Amino acid sequence: MYDKLKNLDRRWIFLLMFLSVAIPIIIIGITGQSFPEKPTDLAYSTFNAIEDLKPGDKVLLSFDFDPASEGELGPMATAFTYHCAANELNMYFMALWPVGPQMIDNAIENVIKKDFPDLVYGEDYVNLGFKSGGEGVIKVIVTDFLELFSTDAKGTPFNDIPMNKEISSVQDMDLVINISAGSAGTKEWVQYAVTPYPDEITLVAGCTGVQAPLLYPYIPEQLPGLLGAIKGAAEYEKLVFDKYYRDEGKVVPGRYQEGVRRMGPQLVAHLLMILLIIAGNFIYFVEKKRGVQ
Amino acid sequence: MDRQKLIWTVVFAVGALGLIINALTRDAGSAYVKSVDHEFALVEKGKWVDVESDDALDFDLEGKERIRWSSEEQATYRDYQQSKQAKSDESKYSFSLSMTFGIWVAAMFTLFIMSFLFKDNPFYKFAESVVVGVSAAYWMVVGFWDVIIPNLFGKLSPSFISNWAMPGLSGEADFWYLVPLVLGIMLLWRLAPSGTWISRWPLAFIIGTTAGIRLMGFIHADFLSQIRNSIIPLAVFENGSFLFWDSFLNLVLIIGVLTAIVYFFFSIEHKGVVGKTARVGIWFLMVTFGAAFGYTVMGRIALLAIRLEFLFDDWLWIIDPAMNRIAGI
Amino acid sequence: MKRTVPLLITAFGGFVLIIAYFIPATQGWGETVAIWFDVLASIAFILGGANLLKIHLKKMSDRQSGWGFSAVTVSAFLITLTVGLAKVGVHPSLNFPDYTWSGSYREMGSPFWWLYEYAFKPLTATMFAMLAFYVASAAFRAFRAKNIEAILLLGTAFIILLGRTFAGVFLTSWLPDSLSGLRIENLTVTIMQVFNTAGNRAIMIGIALGIASTSLKVLLGVDRSYLGGGED
Repeated sequence: MYDKLKNLDRRWIFLLMFLSVAIPIIIIGITGQSFPEKPTDLAYSTFNAIEDLKPGDKVLLSFDFDPASEGELGPMATAFTYHCAANELNMYFMALWPVGPQMIDNAIENVIKKDFPDLVYGEDYVNLGFKSGGEGVIKVIVTDFLELFSTDAKGTPFNDIPMNKEISSVQDMDLVINISAGSAGTKEWVQYAVTPYPDEITLVAGCTGVQAPLLYPYIPEQLPGLLGAIKGAAEYEKLVFDKYYRDEGKVVPGRYQEGVRRMGPQLVAHLLMILLIIAGNFIYFVEKKRGVQ
Repeated sequence: MDRQKLIWTVVFAVGALGLIINALTRDAGSAYVKSVDHEFALVEKGKWVDVESDDALDFDLEGKERIRWSSEEQATYRDYQQSKQAKSDESKYSFSLSMTFGIWVAAMFTLFIMSFLFKDNPFYKFAESVVVGVSAAYWMVVGFWDVIIPNLFGKLSPSFISNWAMPGLSGEADFWYLVPLVLGIMLLWRLAPSGTWISRWPLAFIIGTTAGIRLMGFIHADFLSQIRNSIIPLAVFENGSFLFWDSFLNLVLIIGVLTAIVYFFFSIEHKGVVGKTARVGIWFLMVTFGAAFGYTVMGRIALLAIRLEFLFDDWLWIIDPAMNRIAGI
Repeated sequence: MKRTVPLLITAFGGFVLIIAYFIPATQGWGETVAIWFDVLASIAFILGGANLLKIHLKKMSDRQSGWGFSAVTVSAFLITLTVGLAKVGVHPSLNFPDYTWSGSYREMGSPFWWLYEYAFKPLTATMFAMLAFYVASAAFRAFRAKNIEAILLLGTAFIILLGRTFAGVFLTSWLPDSLSGLRIENLTVTIMQVFNTAGNRAIMIGIALGIASTSLKVLLGVDRSYLGGGED
């Protein structure tokens, strides 16, 4: 056993990881069954931050991620968009990452156009697009949107869009929702928007697993709600789609269950990781006992 | 041919045959679109109306100049099958060769990258070369159309830009934008064989601005605010009763912050009381790093899950969680 | 002159933003400097792309090893750039149908969209997905419980790995409500809210001080490493 493990080709480990993710995906995809989710406090505070808004309130959604992190953040983007649309909030989409606009397009196509076809572009939602500069963009738009976003993503002048007449800066927003994969992202929104204007700007965020532990010091004073990694996405999906589908006796569409579905392979892969760490330590302790250098 | 090569050849041949059979018998890996027609009529000088819109009712469109085109929206296999079953001659749903080809290209690229896990090989290198080229150009195109055109040239000469790229743009020229234009040209001088010192000016500006922004941001949010956030009650009361666990955890939090800060203070030797305090600090940091590792693992696995979902759902049609096809498996 | 002017520019850019933070009347200047920074950031994208082209063209012309793959990179770069900049296959905007170039460069169905959806997206996503395999291999090879610190790290990792999935809920659901704090999912929350917050807060404070001192050194001209070597 020790010899087999000691000389194990790492490609066997790769194969085990592949199977531990692939097999649950196939089983869950075929059976439609996934593990139950129990939301935690942070998911509730994020959910309630949007629930507490009134129809017509203004929400800025900043999609600061790209395809590399879509696995974790895509479900959050979908759920946030659905929740805001269902609550009849005015949605202002923007991006600090160059590929963010593609993520915005996906959210608009897959959520708003499919389930909220009555929403009118320019009156209920607007896509302001991407601007380069990261924290430099936040620094400008907390006091003046128009200087940078002179048009929306389609080239329509900023003030020609009806819903833009109500805003001049981020401080006019009732809530800022940020979905972040790195820099520029949630940390920069906290540093350059929330901290200088704590009474005017409220921020909730969804972030990757790598970032989540680093953002906990901001909770709850500067960041009242945070969804961390795919677990946060799954918890939030449970809260949103329980309210708008299950509680009304309707079946939740598959495209709104991505986060919950991905928790299945997560569980098996996590168990594999624990097993691998135990196996690695088994080798270590055997070597220590044998006095191997 | 040696044994290993023979085994691999057989595996690939069987795999390829399986893919072809899957594609031909079940239409696996195919994509469908819905075409949307657009037609506009020139009703007055400079005014075009969509012929399908309510505005068009106010005008006589007979003999007016027209512009027409068809765009495509993604559709599901289910939509396509339903429209075929309806046997409508005017079905707007059709098979998309370019998107089907794209799905197979995406699947091949995914497998090429994953092949690196077995061994470095030319397929991986090819895929890596493609991603480097495409992503660099993608960022350039985004920077050009989303920032340089509206925020640089659009500010320097709104009338020129509105004549061809952004017709809705208006306003007066703002010549202060000559500064970033000149700095930008100087930045591009970095590519020149000589005179690269010219690019130091814009780089200095970028570094100075970054330093200025970050200095205030970090001091306010990451230093002062964090100290304030750490000032929490050591004795927590709710409705007059003392909450032991909340108070204990607050105490642990404060001890954790202080001892970890002592650990990072390297100007004093970590001996005696300071050494013991720093040791406690390290324990808190180890728990922090353990949590970071756990979350990082969680993050990485989700990324693998979405790629495998693409292969099994969009390419091989083994699963259909979003119910995009009438008959899943 | 070649090194003095950049130092002055650095100081100007930084101090305008610092002063604008404290004096509202100068906020407009701070905004202007930040906007120039944002515009320069997009020109930096062009610099990055052009630099890539330069490096790979040189590799091809010198026939260095692997130059064939450089040709692939250059081809992919030029094709993407051409279809993107020229808005090939992009229809006009619905608001301005007579302006050929008014459409969105990201329009669905266009060649640029195709390159994003079927080349850029799967390639970058898969590159990052590979990390799942490497984290597994690294955990097997390197994570050893050699001392108390390592045991703390591994123990926390186990609790988090179990607690953030249904496995944790399943394993400790039998604990009575009085000991519910010891259920793995609740333990996870406590670890994150207390221990992780404490550690990361200390790290954050340390980094903030480091950034403040580095930024001041740069703005005051004490640190001139960004100007490059002594030549020129």
